[in-house]
Amino acid sequence: MTETAVLILCGLIAGPVVGGLVSGLDRILTARMQSRIGPPLLQPFFDVVKLLAKEPLVVNVWQAFCAYCYIAAASIALVLFFLQSDLLLIFFVQAVGAVFLVVGALSSTSPYSQIGAHRELLQILSYEPLLVLVVVGFYLETGSFKLTDIYAWPHPMLLKLPFLFIVLGYALTIKLRKSPFDLSTCHHAHQELVKGLLTDYSGPFLALTEIGHWFEVVLMLGVCTLFWATSWIGMAVLLAVTYFLEVLVDNVTSRMNWRWMLSYVWGVGLTLSLVNLIWLHQG
Amino acid sequence: MQGIKRFINQLRAKSPWLLHFDCGSCNGCDIEILACLTPVYDVERFGIIHVGNPFHADLLLTSGTVNHRNKKVLANLYSQMPSPKIVVAIGACGLSGGIFREAYNVVGGIDKVIPVDVYVPGCPPKPEAIIDGVVLGLGKLQAPQERNGERKEA
Ligand code: SF4
Repeated sequence: MTETAVLILCGLIAGPVVGGLVSGLDRILTARMQSRIGPPLLQPFFDVVKLLAKEPLVVNVWQAFCAYCYIAAASIALVLFFLQSDLLLIFFVQAVGAVFLVVGALSSTSPYSQIGAHRELLQILSYEPLLVLVVVGFYLETGSFKLTDIYAWPHPMLLKLPFLFIVLGYALTIKLRKSPFDLSTCHHAHQELVKGLLTDYSGPFLALTEIGHWFEVVLMLGVCTLFWATSWIGMAVLLAVTYFLEVLVDNVTSRMNWRWMLSYVWGVGLTLSLVNLIWLHQG
Repeated sequence: MQGIKRFINQLRAKSPWLLHFDCGSCNGCDIEILACLTPVYDVERFGIIHVGNPFHADLLLTSGTVNHRNKKVLANLYSQMPSPKIVVAIGACGLSGGIFREAYNVVGGIDKVIPVDVYVPGCPPKPEAIIDGVVLGLGKLQAPQERNGERKEA
C-alpha cells in the first residue's frame, strides 16, 4: 500500500521536475546549435510560475475545464507508467488528454486556435497508430502488455525491435512538437499561427497545458527506456542519444504541412513497423 | 506570504514575454525593435520570448502614432493582456505623435489610449535605448506599486 503511494507520488513529482529540466536543457542545446547562449536551465520553471501567478482570463469556461482535464489525464498516464501498469491503458489515457486539449482549443472561435486544433487532430491521427504498433511489437516479443513483464525481459528490446524504435522516434518528434512536425503550435510559428492550439489558453491555464506537456514528455521518454531495460547505463545512453537527435532534427528541418506529415509518417512508419512485426513473427 | 509575493515578482522579471505592436509607425522604430530581437542580442538569455499573442504577453512594445483607425486595436490588445503588464512606448511618435502630431488623422501618443509605463525617446531610438527601456519596465514588473493601469491589485 505504502509502496503504491510512494510510486504515485514519484510519478506526480517526476513529471514536472524532470519534464521542466529536459525542456530547459532542450532550450540551451537549441540555442548553442544556433550559436547563442540560451536561457538558464531553470527558465521553464520561471515561465510556468510566472504564468500561474498571472490574472486568469478565459475565453469560455470550457477551455479552463479542458485544461484541467488535459493535465489530469497526462499525470494519470505517467502515474500508471510508474505503477508499471498496462501499456495499452497508458496510451489510451494519454490520448484522452490530448483530445481534451484539442476540444479546449475548438471551444474558442479564434481562427488560429481552430487551425491549430485541426492540425493537432491530424497529428494525433498520425502518431496514434504508430504508438499502438510499437505496443503490439512489445506484445509479440514478450507476450504481455504489462510493463512489469516488459521491464523484466532479459534481453534489450532494441536488438529485436530496431525499426519499431525508429517508428517511436517519429511519434516522439510529433509528441514533443518538434520540426518538421511542429504544425499545431510552436514558439517559432507566430507569423502564421500566432500560437495555434494554445492561442487562447492564457495565464494559469497555459501553465497547466505546459505542465501537462512535461508529463507527456516524461512518459514518452519512459517508453523509450523500455527499449534497453536491462541496464541503467543502457537506458541513460539511449535516452541521451535519442533526445540529442530530436533536438538536432528540430534544428535542421523546417516546418512542413500536414499532407506531407500524414503521408510521410504513415508511409515510412507503417512500412517499418510491418517489416519489424513480420520479422518478429518469423523469428 | 510577503516573501512568496516578492519571489513571484522576481520571477516575473525573469520571464517577460513581449508583444510588439506597430501602431502606425514609419517602420524606423520597428526596424530597431526587431534588431533587438535578432539572435545577435540573444534576448532569450534573459527569458524574453517574442510572442505574437496578447494573451501570452507581459510586455507591450508599441511604436508610432495612434490614429483614429488603430486606437481601437491598441486598446483591444492591451485589454487582452492578463495583468500584470507593462507598456513601453517607443520613439518620438509613440511618446507624443512626433512629426505626425499635427496630421488630421492623428490622436497623439500611445498614452492617449492606454497607460504607458516607460517612454523611450528617439527618432528612432537606438537598440541600446530600447533595451534600457525594457530593463526599466522589468524593474516596474518587480515592484507592483510602480505599475500603471492594473485591472486589479496583483
Ligand atoms: S519616432 Fe521616428 S522612426 Fe519612430 S516611427 Fe516616428 S518617425 Fe518613425
